[in-house]
Amino acid sequence: MTGAPLIEVEDLRIDLDDGSRRVAAAEGISFRIDRGETFGLVGESGCGKSITALALIGLLRQPLSIGGGVIRFEGREIQHLSAARQRDLRGNRIAMIFQEPMTALNPVSPVGRQIAEMFVLHKGKSWREADRLAVEALASVRVPAPERRVKDYPHQLSGGMRQRVMIAIALACGPDLLIADEPTTALDVTVQAEIIELMRNLCAERGTAILMISHDLGLVANVCRRVAVMYAGRIVEERGSADIFRAPSHPYTRGLVASLPRLGSRAALGRTRLTEIAGVVPAITNFPDGCRFNPRCAQATDICRTTAPGADLLDPGGLVRCHHHA
Amino acid sequence: MHEPQDRLGETRPDDDVILSVRDLAVHFPLGGGLLGRGRRLLRAVDGVDLTLKRGECLGLVGESGSGKSTVALSILGLLTPTRGRIVLDGQVVTNRPSVDRKALARIVQIVFQDPYASLNPRQTVRRTLEDPLRVHGVTAKSEIEDRVAKMLRHVGLRPEQADRYPHEFSGGQRQRIGIARALILNPRIVICDEPVSALDVSIRAQIINLLLELKETLGLSYIMISHDLGVVEHMSDKVAVMYLGRIVENGHWREIFERPAHPYTQALIAAIPDPLRHAPLATTGGDLPNPLNPPNGCAFSPRCRYAEAVCRSEPGPVLETRVDGHAVRCWRSEEIAAASFAPSPLP
Repeated sequence: MTGAPLIEVEDLRIDLDDGSRRVAAAEGISFRIDRGETFGLVGESGCGKSITALALIGLLRQPLSIGGGVIRFEGREIQHLSAARQRDLRGNRIAMIFQEPMTALNPVSPVGRQIAEMFVLHKGKSWREADRLAVEALASVRVPAPERRVKDYPHQLSGGMRQRVMIAIALACGPDLLIADEPTTALDVTVQAEIIELMRNLCAERGTAILMISHDLGLVANVCRRVAVMYAGRIVEERGSADIFRAPSHPYTRGLVASLPRLGSRAALGRTRLTEIAGVVPAITNFPDGCRFNPRCAQATDICRTTAPGADLLDPGGLVRCHHHA
Repeated sequence: MHEPQDRLGETRPDDDVILSVRDLAVHFPLGGGLLGRGRRLLRAVDGVDLTLKRGECLGLVGESGSGKSTVALSILGLLTPTRGRIVLDGQVVTNRPSVDRKALARIVQIVFQDPYASLNPRQTVRRTLEDPLRVHGVTAKSEIEDRVAKMLRHVGLRPEQADRYPHEFSGGQRQRIGIARALILNPRIVICDEPVSALDVSIRAQIINLLLELKETLGLSYIMISHDLGVVEHMSDKVAVMYLGRIVENGHWREIFERPAHPYTQALIAAIPDPLRHAPLATTGGDLPNPLNPPNGCAFSPRCRYAEAVCRSEPGPVLETRVDGHAVRCWRSEEIAAASFAPSPLP
């Protein structure tokens, strides 16, 4: 293994141009993912986690654009690659699966064809050879009777089966990084378990790193070694995933962990009332000054309202952005 | 003055019970050509019994396709059951040529999952809350205004926000409006269908707490439908677990979550990721079977790790109630209980 991490993001900013002005939808985003590592990005809708992923895979489109910072893949800067070079990277080295496989798959093309396309486009295989590889790929994601299933259209498959097809497409070319954006949010909990285990096992076998994006802190903490928590366009805390739940440092993370109705917590608490985080998530166009969590934070003082907190290192490893962190 | 016209002389044998569902079945005929040949029957709900006591919350869990929402729609009178009997606050609401929707609406209401989709974007909050009152015969302007203002305060909004449109509110506030709309007619029962699933994680606790508060202050009874077992555990007094149109387990929340007896309930609980462990998630194997072609015997048997020959033979297991009121539909639940199961403890 070389010294350079698989992917390294440094001070990334993503701008949202609403026609009259530019606002930073995400800023100061820095993290690194090593080969074969599992890394999670957690936050609520609008926190910037999904657009960060889209930036990595070169899929940001107007009105969103990279406004600054660096993304390195195996030490090479990729944020300004040409469309053709990006396309080569995407699918081949970095692949992505999405929340809703029904909208991510082509409804009028058999699923086998959509998998085979990967081998034709990225590996230069003939369609005949690609069709054969598609059956193998479907078998590898444990779709029963793959030789028949390749002829099915997405609507003929269940949600879980469709997400398996997505995984088969994403892993077809043996990428080094799999970005999974809320891969199981639309699925039932038992199907979620199947999909997560499938993804986890296949990536472990092949040494594929995972960047998992989700609002579900519990799921991400279970799947990933390290977790970064985002709030209103910034990373507020990054830790080993077990530490995030045992000893959350940022008031937002602490609030989240305390407010989750987790199984067993009613009996442990002896009450039904949950700890609330007051207030609402700020809109992208209206992020507060200073620390963006300050209007909802019980510990906020004057400095929180004026000055954005820098990163403080945590023991054992990790960082937090809070003037008054635990 | 709001008495329903056609009471079917139902006496109230148990005044504690506000809703009783007996042998509810909802079958949908599908497809079929001319003269209905080749028609198939989808048994979305097939023989469900539920009891909701006054002031209690009954949790209804199960995977999508298990029939939870079909049960809810039947109780609301939005679906005509194929068979069975629903008694709401002492009145039989099934077995009639046409259900009196207006009378039903004053007893039972629903809070929907998605407050973005379930509010009319072209109506102000006031209009959304006033319309049901007018339809139900409240005409005095001052009374309407009072009730709208009071209801907004109940759900944590300010009366002066009444003239705004849904897009001016955040997701959490919209769900508060959805709750206000459900409560404006003073119903006795509220069906909460995934009330926090569409909300931001940091907002969910606010809405759960609000629902719990309103239940106390307004003396409501809830049916809580959710795939999030953490939410169901927090809010429910009793929990019913559904699988493929039938109840497979039914009991006190603590029994269900701490000593689940049906292998399916155990599988649901075990599939929840434990944030403190990097352990593989427990998988059940396979998807929900095709409801048009349900498996022989126990519907869960193809996915069950305890299944034996008896589980795959007809007739399937019946829902058996133990002395403590806990009911399980499984031939082998006693043997399985012996090989006990416990969820991982909290830190």
